Amino acid sequence: MNILTCKDLTKKYGRKTALDGANLTIESGHIVGLLGPNGSGKTTLIKLANGLLTPDNGSVEVCGMRPGRETHALVSYLPERAVLPLWMTAAQTVDFYADFYTDFSREAAQEMLAHLQIDPKQRIRQMSKGTREKVQLIMVMSRRAKLYLLDEPIGGVDPATRDYILNTIISHYNPEAAVLISTHLIADVEKILDDVLLIRQGQVVMQAPVDRIREEQGMSVDALFREVFKC
Amino acid sequence: MKWSFSNDLPIYAQLIEQIKTGVATGAFPRGERLPSVRDLAMEAGVNPNTMQRALAQLESEGLVYSQRTAGRFVTGDEERIGEMKRSLAHGHIRAFMAAMNSLSIDREEALALLEAEYRKETGEDEHSDM
Repeated sequence: MNILTCKDLTKKYGRKTALDGANLTIESGHIVGLLGPNGSGKTTLIKLANGLLTPDNGSVEVCGMRPGRETHALVSYLPERAVLPLWMTAAQTVDFYADFYTDFSREAAQEMLAHLQIDPKQRIRQMSKGTREKVQLIMVMSRRAKLYLLDEPIGGVDPATRDYILNTIISHYNPEAAVLISTHLIADVEKILDDVLLIRQGQVVMQAPVDRIREEQGMSVDALFREVFKC
Repeated sequence: MKWSFSNDLPIYAQLIEQIKTGVATGAFPRGERLPSVRDLAMEAGVNPNTMQRALAQLESEGLVYSQRTAGRFVTGDEERIGEMKRSLAHGHIRAFMAAMNSLSIDREEALALLEAEYRKETGEDEHSDM
């Protein structure tokens, strides 16, 4: 089943074209890496998929529906920057998410917070940047969504936390859901991906399974990326 | 079990190789149940579909087998495991030969070096070292 479908998807900011007729589909059960240089349209694509932006041309559909109230219930979104209210404690963010989303599992969230030894009484304000990002990811992954949109989930964290985040994504693997991860830390995520989507200047230049790239090119996706996007 | 991956080969092929090595070394004991796909994927830090694909391949090679409800098991067939070990050894030997070749060390010298190293390992030449 197709979880995300984009056809000729186009988005302009004034005279600047951020997405320029992008075509792609993501099937259920797949973990897909959205890879591209800075300013290639990764965040724009993610924001269109969750309805934060509207297309100027073409279409985007989540489980066959245009982004809107119904799809918000199906999409779990990790923004590029943590957006949790600073005055809340970790426990309050759990309540907050549980109130908003019926597919949210308190147990899953509490278990992950405990595993990372995050004090439920600690306020977001008092947390380091890395801990805030962990809390945000825990909230996002504790939902039983159909589509997870993770915008740079491993950008600002140390390597041990990075491993934990990637492991969390694997352990929450659900054959009925799809995960889209945007990043430029390709070497780190490569092993957990089914497919990669390479985008450049708002266009999809390649969508292929990681192992097919390795098989056919005899190099990692990271190496291919460096070659394709050589400055 | 320690997992590591190189950049030039498909991940599923590397998983197959490493699980075979695990069977050979006893990290995955023969005749015993394997962890679930998800647990193995988490342990190796890889995509569960990729792990599934590797296990399906090992199954078609007769090294593991599925039991409808109980999960996947390592074969107890000693002959099959012996065959697999020799094939793994073959790969390492080919790599050794290629490395010697790239150093312009011929067959005779390579075998002599290998023999000397084995002697050192078993302590046969404690007194002649260096």
